[in-house]
Parts: sequence; structure tokens; C-alpha cells
Amino acid sequence: MTVAIRVIPCLDVDGGRVVKGVNFVSLRDAGDPVELAAAYDAEGADEIVFLDITASSDGRETMYDVLARTADQVFIPLTVGGGVRCAGDVDRLLRAGADKVSVNTAAIARPELLSELSARFGSQCVVVSVDARRVPGPGSGFEVTTHGGRRGTGIDAVAWAARAAGLGAGEILLTSMDADGTKAGFDLPLISAVRAAVDVPVVASGGAGRLADFAQAVAVGADAVLAASLFHFGELRITAVKESLRADGYPVRLSDTGAS
Amino acid sequence: MKPRVVVFDYGSGNLRSAHRALQRAGADSEVTADARAAMKADGLVVPGVGAFAACMSGLRAAGGDEIIAKRLAAGRRVLGICVGMQVLFTRGREHGVVTDGCALWPGVVDRLDASVLPHMGWNTVTATAVSSLFAGVAGERFYFVHSYAVKRWDSDGRRPVLTWATHGERFIAAVEDGPLCATQFHPEKSGDAGAALLSNWLEMIR
Repeated sequence: MTVAIRVIPCLDVDGGRVVKGVNFVSLRDAGDPVELAAAYDAEGADEIVFLDITASSDGRETMYDVLARTADQVFIPLTVGGGVRCAGDVDRLLRAGADKVSVNTAAIARPELLSELSARFGSQCVVVSVDARRVPGPGSGFEVTTHGGRRGTGIDAVAWAARAAGLGAGEILLTSMDADGTKAGFDLPLISAVRAAVDVPVVASGGAGRLADFAQAVAVGADAVLAASLFHFGELRITAVKESLRADGYPVRLSDTGAS
Repeated sequence: MKPRVVVFDYGSGNLRSAHRALQRAGADSEVTADARAAMKADGLVVPGVGAFAACMSGLRAAGGDEIIAKRLAAGRRVLGICVGMQVLFTRGREHGVVTDGCALWPGVVDRLDASVLPHMGWNTVTATAVSSLFAGVAGERFYFVHSYAVKRWDSDGRRPVLTWATHGERFIAAVEDGPLCATQFHPEKSGDAGAALLSNWLEMIR
């Protein structure tokens, strides 16, 4: 009788194709996003995240098409992020079939965007994506980065997550840029610190490599766990992640047994 | 003949998903704000996301409250989803603001008392054998995303089929009341279980 821990595959999309790089540097093509999303749905994914990393504005148009085609055949929640700047972008993505839209750089540049979006569309569809890295010095020890982790902002990541939730973000998509691509496990202190600072759901991202990593993220407060290449290249199956979480006593949605 | 269903477009909700999920479940679905089409359809779906007050004013502006009332008077099926369910109750209280709903059901939509909000994700429900909507899927999980809900059916009298869920505290997850049904969760986003529930609703129309 509790909400299930969500297991979420993330599809990085560039010009209509799925890609994912190690530490966001070298990119490999892993297929058609619509087919992949449908396959993940069939496998029991609780939600799909599309991250649009397309640089050109022409290429960005393809995202609406990808989204619409996915929403036509995949009946689980779809979240889209990447390059979202204004309410108009959000409106268009929601109309194309997104259920939630994640905002990153634009919200850092102008935090009021989050309150505008939540007032207009409801906080349930406003996700703030926080790409954090460890830094020495005062504060939480985590800094917000932009541009795929290449640029620091000097903003405290934990304080920013709390402020974003206060402004109306309904969920935090929390990525450790240090852990991302390493397969050495989630950054547990980061998840724990953000969990303590917000009362909206926290999606843990970056660093998953082994089955046991997921339960550790949940143990420190993640409401959902996200991975990309790990799933795309079949190194771990979504079902296996859920079975592992269930074995550790966490509620998951598994179709073989119904509710657990 | 496929049942003809109108997804009422009054400016709220991810209508495409509801439309496509209804088609998948076997309906001849149409998204429109046209009052005549909404009256004539075999079934009317009232979606809704965001704030109670905004949904209610949008619904009123589109004449939706009257359409719903007229349909019910004629015994014709209506299905509310998420905030489309909440607005069927007496009133909603959000951020200290109280807004009147359609008042078809006795109850107040209020903020859930839970450590994490919104209630976002797949949860179980307490559907019983008397439920038609949940036939065959009573043990499944459904996708919820909301911070407000109705925690009490405010009447000692007539009591329809109520299905409950829990997030922090107990709340009404679905109501089956003759021609008027509603779910707090999103059947159109609840995968195969949601499709089965929509099929069950379409069965009632036939």
C-alpha cells in the first residue's frame, strides 16, 4: 500500500536518434527512441525520460515528432528535457504528448520560470534537473553545473534543489556528474542531502552499475532511479532491477505478480 | 459498433494520451470542445491536470458543468480523470483558496498529509469485488500524480462504490456512481492495467 519505487530508463536523443556517452563525452548510437521506449514499456519501465541533446534548432523539431509517435503507442508517463527555455516550449512539449517537462539551464538563469510554469501547467509536470558535482569549500559540497557538467555555476546544488521545489518544481531529477558513466554506484551523500532538503520526489541518476546500487539509492531517499546506457546495452534489465529492489523489501510494479 | 467517446477539450490535461488510450481500449474517440458532440457521445471523458480553480473555471467557461449535469440526468456515462474527478466534488481547497466544484458528490478536495508530495508514481488500490471498473485489475498498480485528494465521502446517506488508495493518508482513488465514474489516477498512463480499466468503462456503455 505504498507508491512503488520507479525504475526509469533515460534516452538521450540527438536529431531523432538515441545516444549516450560515457561521462557525456564520446557518444554511441543506440537506436530509434520510439522503438526503444516501446520496448522499455513492454519490459516494465515505470516512466521514460527523453533528454534532447540536439544542438541545432532544426534538429530540435524532430523531438516533437519523436514524442508524438511515442505517446501514440506508449501508455506510461513521458518526461522530456533538454533546451527547454520558456512556457511556450513547455506548452508545445505537453501538447506533443509529454506528461512532465524538465528544466535545467533556463531555471538557473531565471528561477522565477519555475513558478510561472507551475502556475500555468501545475507543479506535477514541472521537473527541475539538477546536474551536480563535488566541489571543495563551504556549503553542501555540491555545485550545480551546466553544459553536461562542463561548466560550474558556483550555486550550491542542495540549496538550489530546495529553492526550485519551493518555487513550484514538482520533482527533482538529480544527476551526479562525478558518478555519471562510471558505473561505480550513485552518489549517495548527494541524494541524501537533497532528500533532506526537499519534500518533492527525487529521481536519482548517474553512476548505476550493479543491481545493488539501486537499492542503496532508495535507502538514502530516492523515490525513483534512472539509468541510460546500462539499460540500452542490456547490461542490466529493468525487470532484474525491480526484482532486486523487491528482494530488498522495496515496493515495485512487477507485472508477473501484479502489485507487490 | 465501437462506442463513441468524446474527450472534452476545455484547455486542461494531456488530451492526446487519453484519446489514444481510449482508442486502444476499443473506443471511437474524438477530442473536442463542441457541446453538441459532448452531449451526443456514448461516453464523455473529462480530463484535468493542474490547479482545481483553473480547471473548474475552464470547465465552466466551456459549459462542461452543464453538459455533465444534462448527461447524468439522461443516465449517460461520464468519466472524470484526476482533477477531472476532483471538480465533481463539492469544493476544492488549494493554497488557502476555496473553490466550488460541480457538487455532484459530497466531499472536499484537500492537500494530502504526506512526507513526499506530489504523490507521483504507481500505487495499489483497495478495489473490491463489487467494482466494475476494476474487474480483473483490482490487484494492479495505477499511475497517480497529484497533491490533493478527497479523504472522506461527506455523507451518511447514499454511498456509491468507492475505491481507496493511501499516500501518507487514505484518499478516494475512484468512484463508481451509476452513470458517473471517476479516477484520481491516470488510466491513460497506467499501461495495460489502465487500458483494461478503460475497457471495463467502455463495457458499461455498450
